[in-house]
Amino acid sequence: MNTQNATASNAIATGIGALTFVALIGLGIVFVTGHLQAATLHDAAHDVRHATGFPCH
Amino acid sequence: MFTRLLTSALFAGAVAGLIAALLQLFFVQPVLLHAELYEGGELVHFGAASSVSAHPELGGIDPVRDGLSVIFTMLVYSGYGMMLVALMALAQSRGARIDARSGLVWGMAGFIAVHLAPGFSLAPEVPGVAAADIHARQAWWFVTAIAAAVALWLIAFGGNWAAWGAAVVLLLAPHVIGAPEPDVFTGPVPTEIGALFAARAYGVGLAAWVMLGGLAGYFWSRESVAAGRAQTA
Repeated sequence: MNTQNATASNAIATGIGALTFVALIGLGIVFVTGHLQAATLHDAAHDVRHATGFPCH
Repeated sequence: MFTRLLTSALFAGAVAGLIAALLQLFFVQPVLLHAELYEGGELVHFGAASSVSAHPELGGIDPVRDGLSVIFTMLVYSGYGMMLVALMALAQSRGARIDARSGLVWGMAGFIAVHLAPGFSLAPEVPGVAAADIHARQAWWFVTAIAAAVALWLIAFGGNWAAWGAAVVLLLAPHVIGAPEPDVFTGPVPTEIGALFAARAYGVGLAAWVMLGGLAGYFWSRESVAAGRAQTA
């Protein structure tokens, strides 16, 4: 019983960990492509940033 | 779990991003190029006395510039897809039904969170408009998008008046406080172009997000069924 509970809560913990990790990678990608102000990145992503409604310039 | 989340998000993000990119190239890019003629000073208009043609030669497809736009749009929507699928999986673990159909509503909610809510006070900017400091606007954009996302979650899953009241406060507060605004207006671009640009940016954003939500729901429900089979087998 205790082992089962422990397994179940481990599974949930793994699930929450994976969710958080994937969400953070996603946020990182959106930040780098859409918001980071490095000149090269800004020029390459310029049209997308405007068309997607991100603050640009 | 991690692999299933990632595959669903990347498939959905890549497809929705590609469609968004094509729609942007066809409907938004010409408006943007037109605005840049005014931003760079090649065209100048003088209000009522203007005699500048509203249909200048804009040039066609630029392979490098437009290719980069396609790649970056697919990246942005893959990033959004990862956050969306993670939230879908969280909702599913708490009893919500996730499939292609409910995914459409998730997509609309995503559009509201990252396009409509920040755009309500910080409208999609055509090149050349006057605007406040970029970092202040970015900070305001992130806070507003996150507040709207939390508010929509509370509306959908809160289930009581306290949660709905908090949602209303989260939706209104950034706009009552106000977005960073420029001190003076210096934009050389005709209002007609600016308005069309904002409308097109919203339209393409909504189409892309509905696709993203539907596809994310579809791929995630398929992955969940496959995982369920693997466990019972």
